[in-house]
Amino acid sequence: MARNLSMKDAINEALDQEMARDPTVIVMGEDIVGGSGSPGEDDAWGGVLGVTKGLYAKHGDRLIDTPLSESAYIGAAIGASTCGLRPVAELMFLDFMGVCFDQIFNQAAKFRYMFGGKAETPVTIRAMVGAGFRAAAQHSQMLTPIVTHIPGLKVVCPSNAYDAKGLLIQSIRDNDPVIFCEHKNLYAHESDVPEESYTVPFGEANIVREGADATIVAYGLMVHRASEAAEALAKEGIQCEIVDLRTLSPIDIDSVVESVENTGRLICVDEANPRCSIAADVTATLSQEAFGSLKAAPQLVTAPHTPVPFSPALEDLYIPSAEHIVDAVRKTMAP
Amino acid sequence: MNDNVFPLGNEDLLEAYRTMKTIREFEERLHVDFGRGEIPGFVHLYAGEEAAATGIMMHLNDQDRIASTHRGHGHCIAKGVDINAMMAEIYGKVTGACRGKGGSMHIADLSKGMMGANGILGAGSPLACGAALAAKTLGHGGIGMSFTGDGASNQGTFLESLNLAAIWNLPMVFVVENNGYAESTSVDYATAVDSYADRAAGFGVPGVIVDGTDFFAVYEAAGEIIRRAREGGGPSLMECKMVRFFGHFEGDAQTYRGAGENEHNRANRDCLKLFRARVTEADVIDGGDLDAIDSEVLAAIEQAVEQAVAAPLPGAADLTTDVYVRY
Repeated sequence: MARNLSMKDAINEALDQEMARDPTVIVMGEDIVGGSGSPGEDDAWGGVLGVTKGLYAKHGDRLIDTPLSESAYIGAAIGASTCGLRPVAELMFLDFMGVCFDQIFNQAAKFRYMFGGKAETPVTIRAMVGAGFRAAAQHSQMLTPIVTHIPGLKVVCPSNAYDAKGLLIQSIRDNDPVIFCEHKNLYAHESDVPEESYTVPFGEANIVREGADATIVAYGLMVHRASEAAEALAKEGIQCEIVDLRTLSPIDIDSVVESVENTGRLICVDEANPRCSIAADVTATLSQEAFGSLKAAPQLVTAPHTPVPFSPALEDLYIPSAEHIVDAVRKTMAP
Repeated sequence: MNDNVFPLGNEDLLEAYRTMKTIREFEERLHVDFGRGEIPGFVHLYAGEEAAATGIMMHLNDQDRIASTHRGHGHCIAKGVDINAMMAEIYGKVTGACRGKGGSMHIADLSKGMMGANGILGAGSPLACGAALAAKTLGHGGIGMSFTGDGASNQGTFLESLNLAAIWNLPMVFVVENNGYAESTSVDYATAVDSYADRAAGFGVPGVIVDGTDFFAVYEAAGEIIRRAREGGGPSLMECKMVRFFGHFEGDAQTYRGAGENEHNRANRDCLKLFRARVTEADVIDGGDLDAIDSEVLAAIEQAVEQAVAAPLPGAADLTTDVYVRY
C-alpha cells in the first residue's frame, strides 16, 4: 500500500528493507549512526540530516560510523564490495569526493574492465548534491557531470520519493559501482511510496508531463522547476513535455529523441555548471541523432560558470529558476 | 643430510625456493624482453625483493586478500597467480590474466585473493581494509593485507588506513617494502622518521622491522603478525628492508644510485643466494635439488613466454566489453 512519504524517509526505508533482506548489505559513513563511542545516546544523529536515523536500532553493527577519512572508508567500502559485501557508503556531500576521488574513479570504476571482466564491485556511494541550502561553495555543488564522465560508474539522481526508494534498492542490488545523488532540497518533498520493496530500473527516463510543443529535459530538483515553468507556459497555451532522466549513466537518450521528434524543440535544464554538463551532453547527442526534427536551436538552462555563492541573494540567482526555463522555452517558440 | 633445523619442512623449503626463483627468472626474462622492445608500456620489476613476497605469502590462503602495488609481479606469483596468464597479460594478449586490458600494473586474480596490482601509489591500503572488513563481517577467517613501498607509505591513504584498521580492530596486515628509493628519491630524503615501523606506535598498532632479504626472518615475523590478525588481535605493520635489483621502471638509467651499488647488492644482498647458502650449509637441502628447481623454473618461464608470444591479440570487439556487469 502506498503512503505519502518524504524522500528522506523513502531512502531510509530502502536501506532498511535491503538490510533486512540481505545480510551482506552494510551501511557506513561519517555520523550515519552518530555518537559512536560518545557518552550520549546511541544513534544520536542517524546521519548529518537524519536520513539513516533508526536503522542502528534495527540492524546494529551493520551500520558503521567512520572516522573523518573519506579516502580510507570509501576505499574500504569499495574493497569490501569485491570480497562479498554489498556496502552502501555515505559520502555526506558529493563535494567531498575531491578527498577520495582516486578510490572512486581509478579503483571502483576501473576494476571490471581493467581486470578483464573478472571483478564485480557492487558498492553504492550515497551523497548529497545541489544548492539552495545556503551551504556555500564546498557543500552545494552539482558534480553529476564529473562522475557521469567516468566509464564504469553508474550515476543516479532521483527527483521524488518514489524514484528514490526504487532507484536506491536497484543501486544496492546492482553489481556495478553506483553514485547515488540525493538533492538535499528534496529530502522533505513527499510523494506516494509503496510500503513493499520495488526497484526502478536504470536507464529509463520518466515522462512526468506530456506536451506537444517543447521538450524539457531535467533531473533532480530541476524537474520541479521545469514543472513550474510548464504550468506557467500552459496558461499561455504552450504545452511542454518534461523528461526526468532519473539516471545519468546509463542515460535514456531514446526517450529524449522520441519526445523531440514529437515537439521539435529541446530545452535542457541542469543545476550543474554549464561546461561539459549533462545539459551540454544531452544537447549534443540529441542534435546529432534528431537534428532533422528540431524546429529551433536547442536551449541550455544551467547554473553560471561560477562556484556556488553563499549569500542567499546570490545563491538564488545562481540556481536555474522556473523563469529561466520559461524564457528558454519562449526562445524556441519565437518565429 | 642433517635434521631440519628450520621452521619449515623440507618440502616447504623447496617450495619457497621455487617461488622465489620463479619470481626472479620471470623478472630477469622481462628485463631482457623489454630491452628488446617486445613488451609495451611500463614494467616495474620485483627482482631482489623475492624473500618478502614469498616469506609472507606462504602463510596465506585464497581467502586472504592482498592489495598489491605497481611492482606487483612478485606478489602475484607468490599468491599463486598463473605465470602463463601473467606473461600473456604483460604481452597484451587476449589470453592474459585480464584479457589484455590491465597489463603489468593491473594484474589481478580474485579467485586467488589477489585484488590487483595498482598503478596508484597507496591506493591499495583502503581496499585491503575493505577486504579485512568483509572477512570480519562474513566471519570466514581470512585477513586483508596491503603492500606499499617506502614511497607510497607517505600517502595519506596508507596513514588513514592504519587508523581505520586500528579503530575497527580489523584482521589486517600492512607490509611496507622499503627498498630505499621512491622511484629515484631516497627514503632518507622523503621520510621524516628512521623507520616506518616507528609510525605504527602512532596508530596504536605493533610495528616490526625485518631484513627483507632474509627469507627466514620474513617468514617468522610474518607468521606472528598474520596469526595475530587471524585471531582477532587486530592490525600490524611490518617493514621489510630490501633491495631492488633493477630501476624504478625498465629503462631507468639509475643515475641516482651510488657507484657499485647494484653490484654490491647482487653480490651481498641476494635473497636467493642467501637462502641457498643457509639451507645447504645446514646440510638440510641438497644443492642438487635446488639446481633441479632452477632448470624447471627456467623451462616454465620459457614456455610462458613462448605461449604469450604465440597467443592472439584482443580484437576490436573486446574494446567495449566488460565496462559494466550490465548497462
